[in-house]
Amino acid sequence: MTQRASWPLRLATIGAILFLHFPIFVIFLYAFTTEESAFTFPPPGLTTSWFGVIAGREDFWRALGMSLQVAAIATTLAILLGTLIALATYRRSFFGRDAISLLVVLPIALPGIVSGIALRSSISLLGVDFSIWTIIIGHATFCIVTVYNNVIARLRRTSNSIVEASSDLGASNWQTFRHVILPNIATALLAGGMLAFALSFDEIIVTTFTAGQQQTLPIWIFSQLTRPRDRPVTNVAAIIVVLTTIIPIYLAYRFTQSTRET
Amino acid sequence: MAALTSTATERETPSLMRRFGAYLYNHPNLSLILLLLLPLGWLLIVYLGSIGALLVQSFFSIDDFSGRIIREFSLRTYQDLFTQAHFDIFLRTAIMAAAVTIAAAIIAFPLAYYMARFANNRTRGILYLLVMVPLWSSYLVRVYAWKLILADEGIITWAFSAVGLRGVLDAVLAIPLIGGRTLSFSFIGMFLVFVYIWLPYMILPINAALERVPKSLIEASSDLGAPPGYTFRKVILPLAIPGVVAGSIFTFSLTLGDYIIPQIIGNSSFFIGGAVYSYQGTAGNIPLAAAFTVVPIVIMIVYLMIAKRLGAFDAL
Repeated sequence: MTQRASWPLRLATIGAILFLHFPIFVIFLYAFTTEESAFTFPPPGLTTSWFGVIAGREDFWRALGMSLQVAAIATTLAILLGTLIALATYRRSFFGRDAISLLVVLPIALPGIVSGIALRSSISLLGVDFSIWTIIIGHATFCIVTVYNNVIARLRRTSNSIVEASSDLGASNWQTFRHVILPNIATALLAGGMLAFALSFDEIIVTTFTAGQQQTLPIWIFSQLTRPRDRPVTNVAAIIVVLTTIIPIYLAYRFTQSTRET
Repeated sequence: MAALTSTATERETPSLMRRFGAYLYNHPNLSLILLLLLPLGWLLIVYLGSIGALLVQSFFSIDDFSGRIIREFSLRTYQDLFTQAHFDIFLRTAIMAAAVTIAAAIIAFPLAYYMARFANNRTRGILYLLVMVPLWSSYLVRVYAWKLILADEGIITWAFSAVGLRGVLDAVLAIPLIGGRTLSFSFIGMFLVFVYIWLPYMILPINAALERVPKSLIEASSDLGAPPGYTFRKVILPLAIPGVVAGSIFTFSLTLGDYIIPQIIGNSSFFIGGAVYSYQGTAGNIPLAAAFTVVPIVIMIVYLMIAKRLGAFDAL
């Protein structure tokens, strides 16, 4: 880099970052407020008692566990389905390939409420009970796209001659996949999987329609927002979510960075 | 000798797996079908099947007296759909989605550009993390944080009063249509929150598109005598457009279907999401809710077709 950024550009960058983080600062601030039903600024006093309150809230831990479970299974399914589509479509053009790429994007491109209502009405038409699995089916469907996009981008950059060399040297299809293709797309899978996990972990719109009595973390938080008491508990829950998710994203980022440059 | 013959026979009759692999190599269409069977089956049955069933239900109608759904083809529900009140909802939602998209692009571009062009690896890593953290922290709590910021006793009112500009804030809130009792009950507030919430979805694709611009292209442009501004307009910007369009798919669609933000912030006037939600929930009018969803579906299909033209799918 020979030139430096102009100061309006720097200012705009700093401004955008501050804009993105100001509400998060507010969440942190009000996790310590002494008021339990209002949020005046500046807060009248500070306390750490809300952290103790949440430790005893079993419904919170149950919702957190539910969200982690849903996100993990939905991500696994999305990795499987998204990778298969990417492997099928990256090299060859065939009739309907564009339609397939559109179909993959559709669940995330269409407003969540459309997918939500559509899934809900089919689930009830089929007479299936709402459960953790109906939530997972919905989540996996819109998570496919993030895996697919990451994997196909990587496959396009990977030269096909290494695949041919592998089979010329006598490797079976599985061996080629396991020892040649998989190491090449591993970090793309990781990055796509992290995004899928994030998408699922935070989703509320489709989840409201595909869940029965189950509470994922976002649904728990939503139910919490309408309660007049113990409001800062929600903020503490948010802090826990933020802190436990920063580390994996950062690692995923480092992981994809180091391979991109080689 | 024994070893030699055994390898010889192995060469003549390779294992079943291997023969299958060779067969697949020679029949690419078969391998294509095998790869696509599971994921396409999933997307077609689970997803398109559901959407199709929903669309079919939009042609059913509801009995005005009993409130039961009549399962016969009729266009009555569509007659109910195209009324002035509903048209206002469509227009309001579409204008909001467009405004949010444009604002998000304007805020996102400089940041994405700085990350791609000027930041060193370390800074870029930090900035990337700073963009991702809000995306990961709970959507609802961030919306709620804005409720606290925008409320009458919240930070913005406090800040305006502190610098003696309370009058300016009140004047802005007095503007009809976009104003309201307080910021948290106004379109301005809702707009701010939408922009805030969807901003990372705009930053990431723009950044990805900008990072793909080859450095050699920029160097060639300046070697050929183009001033930086000219290179930006003629080389960088055209290559970044697919990223902007890709980001706009998210911001536009997400705004179009959201029903949480208008519930928490804003003056309870209906947006498409809220209308669909209340028709299917409290009113129990599934046909009308289904017909309602046709509007965003059509809008998004048109939008996606234009986006595809502009090369946005490769930048997603």
